[in-house]
Amino acid sequence: MDLTIQHFIALAPLLITTITVVVVMLAIAWRRNHSQTFLLSTVGLNLALLSILPVLKIVPLAVTPLLTIDKFACLYMALILVATLACVTLAHAYLGDGGKGYPGNREELYLLILMAALGGLVLVSAQHLAGLFIGLELLSVPVYGLVAYAFFNKRSLEAGIKYMVLSAAGSAFLLFGMALLYADAGSLSFDGIGKALAATSMPSLLAQLGLGMMLVGLAFKLSLVPFHLWTPDVYEGAPAPVAAFLATASKVAVFAVVVRLFMLSPAASSGVLTTVLSVIAVASILIGNLLALTQSNLKRLLGYSSIAHFGYLLIALVASKGLAVEAIGVYLVTYVITSLGAFGVITLMSSPYSGRDADALYEYRGLFWRRPYLTAVLTVMMLSLAGIPLTAGFIGKFYIIATGVESQLWWLVGALVIGSAIGVFYYLRVMVTLFLIEPNLRRHDAPLNWEQRTGGVMLLAIAILAFVLGVYPQPLLDMVQHAGLQLIG
Amino acid sequence: MILPWLILIPFIGGLLCWLGERFGATLPRWIALLTMSLLLGIGLWLWANGDYTLAPAPGAAPEWAVEFKVLWIERFGISLHLALDGLSLLMILLTGLLGVLSVLCSWKEIQRHVGFFHLNLMWILGGVVGVFLALDLFLFFFFWEMMLVPMYFLIALWGHSSSDGKKTRIYAATKFFIFTQASGLIMLVAILGLVLVNYSNTGVITFDYTQLLKAELPAGTEYVLMLGFFIAFAVKLPVVPFHSWLPDAHAQAPTAGSVDLAGILLKTAAYGLLRFALPLFPNASAEFAPIAMTLGLIGIFYGAFLAFAQTDIKRLVAFSSVSHMGFVLIGIYSGSQQALQGAVIQMLAHGLSAAALFILAGQLYERLHTRDMRQMGGLWHRIAYLPAISLFFAAASLGLPGTGNFVGEFLILIGAFVSSPWVTVIATSGLVFGSVYSLIMIHRAYFGPAKSEEVLAGMDTREMIMVLGLAGLLILLGIYPQPFLDTSAATMSGVQQWFGSAITQLASAR
Repeated sequence: MDLTIQHFIALAPLLITTITVVVVMLAIAWRRNHSQTFLLSTVGLNLALLSILPVLKIVPLAVTPLLTIDKFACLYMALILVATLACVTLAHAYLGDGGKGYPGNREELYLLILMAALGGLVLVSAQHLAGLFIGLELLSVPVYGLVAYAFFNKRSLEAGIKYMVLSAAGSAFLLFGMALLYADAGSLSFDGIGKALAATSMPSLLAQLGLGMMLVGLAFKLSLVPFHLWTPDVYEGAPAPVAAFLATASKVAVFAVVVRLFMLSPAASSGVLTTVLSVIAVASILIGNLLALTQSNLKRLLGYSSIAHFGYLLIALVASKGLAVEAIGVYLVTYVITSLGAFGVITLMSSPYSGRDADALYEYRGLFWRRPYLTAVLTVMMLSLAGIPLTAGFIGKFYIIATGVESQLWWLVGALVIGSAIGVFYYLRVMVTLFLIEPNLRRHDAPLNWEQRTGGVMLLAIAILAFVLGVYPQPLLDMVQHAGLQLIG
Repeated sequence: MILPWLILIPFIGGLLCWLGERFGATLPRWIALLTMSLLLGIGLWLWANGDYTLAPAPGAAPEWAVEFKVLWIERFGISLHLALDGLSLLMILLTGLLGVLSVLCSWKEIQRHVGFFHLNLMWILGGVVGVFLALDLFLFFFFWEMMLVPMYFLIALWGHSSSDGKKTRIYAATKFFIFTQASGLIMLVAILGLVLVNYSNTGVITFDYTQLLKAELPAGTEYVLMLGFFIAFAVKLPVVPFHSWLPDAHAQAPTAGSVDLAGILLKTAAYGLLRFALPLFPNASAEFAPIAMTLGLIGIFYGAFLAFAQTDIKRLVAFSSVSHMGFVLIGIYSGSQQALQGAVIQMLAHGLSAAALFILAGQLYERLHTRDMRQMGGLWHRIAYLPAISLFFAAASLGLPGTGNFVGEFLILIGAFVSSPWVTVIATSGLVFGSVYSLIMIHRAYFGPAKSEEVLAGMDTREMIMVLGLAGLLILLGIYPQPFLDTSAATMSGVQQWFGSAITQLASAR
C-alpha cells in the first residue's frame, strides 16, 4: 500500500517517540548530562502526546496491515504517554543530581523507558498478530534492563533476571499459540481470525488451544493467577519509578491489545475460553487480595493488589458486551492514576537513590505528622485502590460492577465484593500506619522541599486528578465513551 | 440552595478546623462548635419555616418541603438530587444536636492532633447529612460509603485499646469498616440491578429515586434486590446476625465516636429502610416482613441478654442499642402508621438516651480511667450528680413513662399489635429484660461496696449542660411528642400507604 501524508499524521505519536529515542541516544553519546537527557525525553513525550490531537481528526485509519489507528488506540496511547511522562519525572527525582543519588550512569534509563513506551504505542494500535508480537517484545525487552537498572543491588538484578526468564517463557507460549491459531484460521490479522472463527459454529480444537496458549502468554504479562509468581519479586526489586512503569504503562498496553483481540475475534470470547477467563478472574481477585494481606512491604503489597485489580478488569472482559469496553477504559484510567500516585509517593520517599528503596511499611509510620501533604496523597491513593467514594477508584469499580450486573455474571460480581472486602483490610492497614504515632527510629524521608520539585508537582497533580475524577467524572466518561464506540462499530 | 449548604458546612468547617490547628488546640474546638451550631440552627430554621405536610406518597408526583437538583454524571442520568421532608429534617436536627454534643464531650478528652480529630468528626456528620438528604441512589451510596473513612480514623487513631490488649482500636475500626463496606457493595449491586431492570423496561437510565419508585419489578427480582438493600441496612442498624462489629467499635471508640455511632450512624440504616427499602420494594418487603420482625425479636432478646452479661459499661450500652433497634425494626415492618411513627420517636429517643449514656461513660472514664464495672461500685457517694443523672438515663433507656423512649416503644407495640399480635406480645416481654440490664448497670457501677473512699471531681458546667440538656429533651419528647409526630406524619403516611397496601394484597392473596 502507498503511504500518504495522512498515514504519517496517524503515525505521528509513534514517529515522534521514535525520533525522541534516537535524539536521546545521540545526545547521550555526545554529552552525558542528566538534566539534558531528562529535558529531551519530556519534550519528546509531550510532543508525542500533543500529536494525538490532529490524529483524532483522521481516525480510524489502517496504516499497513499491522496497525490500525483509531480512537481506541488514541485513548490508550495518551494513557501510556502520560504514564511514561510521569515515570520519567519520577525517575528524575529518584536518580538525583550532582554527587548524591544513583551512582551509575543515569541517562540510559530514559532511553530504555522511551523504547518501552514506543512498544506500548505499537501494542495498543496492533491489529495483527505480528504487530502484537513486535509491540510486546519492544515493550518487554527494555523493561528487563530497567528492572535490573540498579544492578549492583542484588534484589534488582535478581528481579531483572527473573522477569527476563519468565517473560521469555511467556513469549514462547504466545508464539506457539499464534502458530496454532494461524494453522487453523490461515490469517494473522485480528479481523481475519475473527471471520475464520465465526465461519464455523464451534471453534476447532486447534484454534481453542492456540487462543488458550496466547492467553497464557498474555496472562504472564498481566500477572494473572496462576501466572503471577514473578510480580511481587519484580515489583520489590525494581527501582520505584520502574515499578511504576511496569504497573501502569506496561500493563495498560497489554490489556488494551487483549481487549482488541477479544472484541474483534468474537469467537475468542465464547465457549471454553470464557469459563477459563472467569476462573482466572476469580482466582486473581481472591489470591491477589489474600496474599496481599500479610505483606509488610509496600511494593510487594501493591504488586499483589495489582493482580487483584486485573482480576476485576477481567470481569469486564468476560462480559465483553454493553458497557464492557467503556468500563475497561475508565477502570484503566483510574487504575493508572492511582498506581502512579502510590508508586510516586514511594519514589519520592526513596529519593534520591540511596541503595535501597523506602518500601518497608514501618518506614511510613507516622508519616502524616512529618509530611502531611505527601501522606494525604498516599491516603487518597489507598482509598482509590480500595474504591471508596470521592476518589477515582470508586468510579472505576462502579463501572465494573455495573458491567457485571448488566451481564448477570453473579459469581464474578460476588468474587469482586468479597475481594474488595479483603482488599479494604490491607489498604486500611497501610493508611492507618501513616497516621500512627511516630517511632523513634532513624528514618528515611522525602526531601523537605519535595513539593517544589518536578516529581512533587506531578504527584500533587495526580492526587488532585484522582479526587476531581472521583467527584466529577463526566469528562472522563465522555472521553472513554467515544473511544469505546469506535471499537464496537 | 440551602440543602447543599447543609452538607458543605460540615465539610468546610472540618477543613478550617484542620487549618486552625496551627493556632493552638482551642481554635479547632470553637470552629467545630460553631459549625455544628450553625448546622443545628439552619435545621431549626427549616423546621420553623418549612411545610412538612409535603412528602412522597404513592400515586402522586413526590413533593418535598425543599428540593435541589443539578445534573451530575450525565452518562448514567445521575444528578445531585437532594430533598427534605419531615423525616429527613428530624434526622438532621438529631445530627446537628449530637454534633454539638460530640464536640463538647471531646473538649477535654481529646488532646492529641485536635485539628485532625475535628476534621474527621465534621466529615462524618457531613456524610451523614448527605445520606439523610440524598435522593439519587448513586449519591446516597456515595455518602453512605464516604462517612466510613473519617469514622474509621476516629476509632483507629483516638480510640482506646482494651486493657487486656486483645482487641486493639485498629482491629475494631477495621472490623467496622469491612462489615459496612462489604455490605455496602452488596447494596451497590442491588442499586445497579434496580437501575438496569428499570432501564430495560423504560429505556431510560436513571438513579433518581422518584423515577425508580415507578419501576415495575418482577416478583423474584424485587425480592432479591430488596434483600441487597436490607443486608446493607441490617449491618448498619444492626440486626442480630450482622451485629458483631458494633460492641467492638463502641468499646474502642472515643466518646464522640460512640455518640455519633449510636446516635446517628445507626439511624442512617433505619432511615434507609424507611426511605428506600420499603417504598422501592413494597411487595417484597411485605413478604419479608415476618422474617424481619422475627429478626427484630431476636435482636431485642439477644441484645438484652448480652448487655446484662457485659462488664464493660460501653459494651453494655452498645448491646442495649442492639435491643432498642430491634423495636425499631419491628415498628418499621409492622406496616401500621402508629408503629412507623413510634419507630421515628424511638429513633430520636434512642439517639438522645444512648448519646447521654455514652457521654456519661466517657465522663466516668475520664475520672476512673476504666470502663470495667467490676472496678467501679459504690460511686454514688464519690461523684456529685453524675450517678443520679445516670440513673435518669438508665430509666429512660428502659422505657420509663415520661421519657421519649416510652412513647416510642408504646407506639411501636400498640401499632404492631393489630397486625402481628404474637410478635408484639413477645416483644413486650423484652421490655422486662430492658429494665434488668439498665438497673444492673446502675447497681454495679454506683452501688455496692466502694473500692476507695477518695472523692472524685464532680461534674463541671460543660458536662452538666450536655447531659441536662439531653435529659430535658427526652422529657419533652416523653410528655409532648406532638410536634415531632406532626413533622414526620406525612412521610410516614406515605411509607404506610406503599407498604400497607402491599401487606393487604399479600394477606388477601393468602
